[in-house]
Amino acid sequence: MSKKAFLSANEATAYGVLLSRPHVVAAYPITPQTTLVEKLADFEASGEADFKYMMVESEHSALAAAQGASLMGARTFTASSSQGLLYMCEMLSYVSGARNPIVMADVNRSTSIPWNIYGDQRDALAMRDSGWIMIFVESGQEALDMIIQSYKLAEDPEVMTPVMVNLDGFTLSHTYDLVEIPDQGLVDKFLPPFKTINKFDMENPQTLCQTVGPDFHTEVRVTQQAAFEVAKRKIVEIDSEYGKMFGRSYGGLVEEYRTEDADYVLVAMGSVVGTMRMCVDMLREKGEKVGMIKVRSLRPFPKEYFVSLRNRFKSMGVISRDISFGYEGTLFTEIKAAMLCSSTKYVNYIAGIGGRDIHKNMINGFFEELKEIANGKETAEVKFAGLRWEYGN
Amino acid sequence: MLKPKWNKEYKPPASWEEMPFTGNVAGLLPTPNSGFRTLTPHFNLESCIKCMLCWVYCPEGCIDKSNETFELDRDYCKGCGICAHECPKKCIEMVRE
Repeated sequence: MSKKAFLSANEATAYGVLLSRPHVVAAYPITPQTTLVEKLADFEASGEADFKYMMVESEHSALAAAQGASLMGARTFTASSSQGLLYMCEMLSYVSGARNPIVMADVNRSTSIPWNIYGDQRDALAMRDSGWIMIFVESGQEALDMIIQSYKLAEDPEVMTPVMVNLDGFTLSHTYDLVEIPDQGLVDKFLPPFKTINKFDMENPQTLCQTVGPDFHTEVRVTQQAAFEVAKRKIVEIDSEYGKMFGRSYGGLVEEYRTEDADYVLVAMGSVVGTMRMCVDMLREKGEKVGMIKVRSLRPFPKEYFVSLRNRFKSMGVISRDISFGYEGTLFTEIKAAMLCSSTKYVNYIAGIGGRDIHKNMINGFFEELKEIANGKETAEVKFAGLRWEYGN
Repeated sequence: MLKPKWNKEYKPPASWEEMPFTGNVAGLLPTPNSGFRTLTPHFNLESCIKCMLCWVYCPEGCIDKSNETFELDRDYCKGCGICAHECPKKCIEMVRE
């Protein structure tokens, strides 16, 4: 039987891990680590879980240990955040290139310096090209569900690519909500035990994680790219299968909300989507033709979807909880590239950096400005939202 | 030559279907001599005085002296020509492949 519990998104994620029955959890427990792995350590200590919990000496080692275990055919999990994820950076491409289907939770928190423990997505977006599938969730419930879905996706024989499930620091990670914990028996049915040929096996000796010279390197990278194309399809299929079994599905790569006849839309990833949903409802009541799009998967990027949006809306705002200095928010760059030559007018709102709240008045303001932009208002393409003092226009 | 040699029997993948998962079948590993070499040293062993300067200077350690005569490990020689440059009897000639 499923049960309901009042959980932080960190705890909800830990339940998602528990239900996925990993063999090994490797993690480094010190800042910027979160309570997510504390909860997993509790599960192990209380005997509720039978995975091996490896406490290692750094995040780099955590992912290295997870990879070692994965190469023995174990289902593995690790979690990190902020500088911890950056320290893992080297291992990220080892794992993705070796096609070890590890699932990791990244609690999105700002990167130093200035030192700041609060939420933004600069940590994960800096790792965009590491070869991991990158999922962003809106709630603790979605985090739990996506851990289970992610193992199914990562371990799919045609995908065999690690998955990073991103949940916003503090806004989600340390905020409590009512979460449904699915029934273990049902999860076991959805997610069968991990089987792979990509492992060390005395009966079938092979070389893993090896060097590939210029002669075959491109071909190996093509197979990685092909796996992401398969993942595009599988994310949708797995989500819909999950929906049939557990009653919750999230729309695959993207979710549209009240966009049918919308003129002005906001696009974002992560927890801010929850506030946007509420604002859209309130503005719709007032008769405003607004809608929103939630990007759930940054890699693979839902390119075909955004191509199909060309010319559909009058104006589109992209909320970025990051900035790539010298350019703009990363999600904005991606969407603009996909929607090239569209008549839609764009603006990028850099908001929620270093834990600053993105409140509903701010979002209502974005919609108001999107309407003005559609009506011909000239404005800067990239704007910092909620600044103390005026900057640019 | 007392060195592990390139497996001549290995057949590299010939199609996408044959591409192993992340290249995990032994043999896909490196390219012989990294595909660097355009000039190959040829030894004129008649004028060789076995001073071993070529053996000392070879940066890749690919001149083998385990037998009576010097032998070149062609899997590793990059064709840099240092051996030919250092040979006091000028009995190593760099020949375009």
